[in-house]
Amino acid sequence: MIMTRNPQPTPKVVLQVQNASIFYGSFRAVRDVTMDIYANEVTALIGPSGCGKSTLLRCFNRMNDLVPGARVEGKITYHGKDLYARDVDPVEVRRRIGMVFQKPNPFPKSIYDNVVFGARVNKYKGDFDELLETSLRQAALWDEVKDKLQESGLSLSGGQQQRLCIARAIATKPDVILMDEPCSALDPISTLKIEELIHELKQNYTIVIVTHNMQQATRVSDRTAFFNAEATEQGNRVGYLVEYDHTSVIFNNPKQKATMDYVSGRFG
Amino acid sequence: MTDISQPHTPDTTNDQFRKIWTSPRNLFGLFMTGLTGLFAAIAILPLAAIVINVASQGLPLINLDLFTKLPPPPGLSGGGLGNAIVGTLIVLGVAFVISTPIGVLGAVWLSEFGRGSKIAYWVRFSANVLSGVPAIIAGLFSYTIVVMTMGTFSAFAGGVALAVVMLPIVMRTTEEGLVLVPEEVRLAAFGLGATRFETVSRVVLPAALPSIATAVTLALARAGGEAAPLLFTALNNNFWSTDLFRPIATLSVQIYFFAIIPFKPQQELAWAGALVLLSIILIVSIVSRFLTRRKSY
Amino acid sequence: MAATSTPPESPEVAMIRVRRNLRYYLDQGFYYLTMAFALAIAITLVWIVIQIGLTAIPAITQFGLGFLTSTTWDPVQNIYGILPQIYGTLVSAIIALVVAVPLGLGIAIFLSEDFLPTYVTTPIAFAIELLAAIPSVVIGLWGIFILIPFLRPFYTFVHRYLGWIPLFGTEPRGNSLLTLGLVLAFMILPLITSISRQTLVSLPPYLRQGAMALGATRWETILRVLIPAGFSGIVGSIMLALGRAMGETMAAAMLVGNSNRINISLLEPGSTIASLIASQFGEAGRDQVAALLYAGLVLMILSLIVNILAEIIIKKFQNVER
Repeated sequence: MIMTRNPQPTPKVVLQVQNASIFYGSFRAVRDVTMDIYANEVTALIGPSGCGKSTLLRCFNRMNDLVPGARVEGKITYHGKDLYARDVDPVEVRRRIGMVFQKPNPFPKSIYDNVVFGARVNKYKGDFDELLETSLRQAALWDEVKDKLQESGLSLSGGQQQRLCIARAIATKPDVILMDEPCSALDPISTLKIEELIHELKQNYTIVIVTHNMQQATRVSDRTAFFNAEATEQGNRVGYLVEYDHTSVIFNNPKQKATMDYVSGRFG
Repeated sequence: MTDISQPHTPDTTNDQFRKIWTSPRNLFGLFMTGLTGLFAAIAILPLAAIVINVASQGLPLINLDLFTKLPPPPGLSGGGLGNAIVGTLIVLGVAFVISTPIGVLGAVWLSEFGRGSKIAYWVRFSANVLSGVPAIIAGLFSYTIVVMTMGTFSAFAGGVALAVVMLPIVMRTTEEGLVLVPEEVRLAAFGLGATRFETVSRVVLPAALPSIATAVTLALARAGGEAAPLLFTALNNNFWSTDLFRPIATLSVQIYFFAIIPFKPQQELAWAGALVLLSIILIVSIVSRFLTRRKSY
Repeated sequence: MAATSTPPESPEVAMIRVRRNLRYYLDQGFYYLTMAFALAIAITLVWIVIQIGLTAIPAITQFGLGFLTSTTWDPVQNIYGILPQIYGTLVSAIIALVVAVPLGLGIAIFLSEDFLPTYVTTPIAFAIELLAAIPSVVIGLWGIFILIPFLRPFYTFVHRYLGWIPLFGTEPRGNSLLTLGLVLAFMILPLITSISRQTLVSLPPYLRQGAMALGATRWETILRVLIPAGFSGIVGSIMLALGRAMGETMAAAMLVGNSNRINISLLEPGSTIASLIASQFGEAGRDQVAALLYAGLVLMILSLIVNILAEIIIKKFQNVER
């Protein structure tokens, strides 16, 4: 599918960002983003440091609520429902829209307890052992840990810990998985494993991934959004969306010069 | 429906994320938040009650006599706690003279020379353990080393006991103050050819002086309220005394003795003494809190 | 000595050679002085145990370990045992912990979460710290004249309706183990609150984010992730509080009633080791002083065990986290 426009019918929109700006107190961190995120695709957010891609990602499951003074203007909808509507429970949002962090962050509990944590707090009625195995299998970690499920999650290697965190996110049965530079703390081999995993997971989940690594974006994503930052009159830097398209278009034939400069490494 | 290879399929209604306040999880959270808030309110209550009661019982009795007169004989009214106030200051003076050099210089070693060493670890460990040792043990200790050797209860023995109470507080809080002095300041002094002694005495200690002063003042306030270490070291004295080697009255011990005897005038003096003691301690604590807060920013 | 053939030193080398002048000795002296003072605190700790132990030898040889299991305290016959005091010390400390641990932990959570803005929580936290600054003799005075009369109707009520439970089985008197336990609870509350709060605040933020991102509510995050992760810090704070409660003297001497008996009812007067020493030492003769020092040694050892355990637990927590 080289250079062909719309090779298949446009898939369903899961997350829709309409003219969103994100503020910390009076400081605007991201301005006027409009983009759609499609079901069962991997969408990569790329761009230089401080361009607001992680900030935007954290707005998708309202993790930014935890930052005092953070607020969103404009609209972010999930299957048409405004995520920031008054009657939306952020706890429920985070269950449906899971998140994997930059640094692997297993709880200081056993592997077993880590994976079933979400199921426990969400009063999951089914079979925990089955949930555990399916989640760990999907995260490609089952074979490595099946004999030591009671060991601490912290005893695993960095790459294993990150896959444990992915398994933990999967076990809450989310619809969307957000990944905030999931490989930046990992070695190349672990990175490759996570990337393979993302390919597998795409069949069942919608994935949004923030990455610094452009090769990674080309390897894993279907669509790519390129963000950049510009100085404001107040001397702050505000992030904005430069271009959003199929990954092949962004990397081979971008419409904006800034995108071309960035993906070809002639940036800054 | 335990097959999770199929992801959750969202229903298309818009109600899916509605916050249901009556759901067990949210009710539980509300309940816990309310409960812990209530706990915080409960905890403030005794503080408020003590301050209000001591103030209302003690304020009518505050007059010049309280600070200048001797206590009355049992059952008689009038008089004051003048000798006990002077005695507290004398005993605290002794404790200050003993504990401050040891505490401050020991802290200098901990923060400047011994940082990270095994010995420093054990010294800190001992300081923490010593600060948890009951105050009355400090009294017993001073009794065995001072009172028994000198054959008499004395202001000096009381000072030694309070010094044991103060020492770990002075050492640990001074160390915290010294660690806050920026490393560049030390490097600059060493770089100009100063010895360790010169660096510490001319640069580090002056820079940390406000926090050391706060540490010592807080320790004095804490020790000034202690009665247990003084009961059988400084003992008590119904008359004026400034002799270091004779028994001496102190405010805290006087409050204790007057609280447990059944005479109204003495009990009133106990309240007045409690008000004096409490005011000084609360003022010192609050003021030092504001001073150190300003320091740290 | 090969000094004969050594070539003369260049002035530059001579300049940087150690010179044993006044400045050098001052510096060395200062170093060793500070070190001696630092060591003084460790020596003091050991010295206290040895000194009290040595002075108590007459009583130790006379009563041996039977001192801990005997209930007699007879200054006339000079026969001494402190079982009622050990019992009272432990029971009052346990009452204090039962009240103060949930209270203190709850407050620590309340103050470390952003339920309220910091300009509200900071004064609350400071007020609770101030509670620790109140001299115990003032608390004792307040307890005798304000708290005991205030508690009396509650005690009567408890005895009337719960009197079938042995713990409340006797007519309430004002001075009792229960009164002391309640007062101790508020005296140790600041300690539990402040250390537990520091522990919770120092937990890495990713733990909270991780739990929240899985759809845990705030309270599920606190109870299932934060508290288990900070468990040893919290246990350490409880141990420190236990040590403090066991050693508290003035409040005990003024509120516990100083009765040399073991009674299952918490509404009865009792005695603690510290209150025994405080109330008897003044009029004690030679043999009784030795017995009181023996009691002091027991208290010292109990408090050392508790405090050392607390230190180790807290250190362990810090090592795991850093």
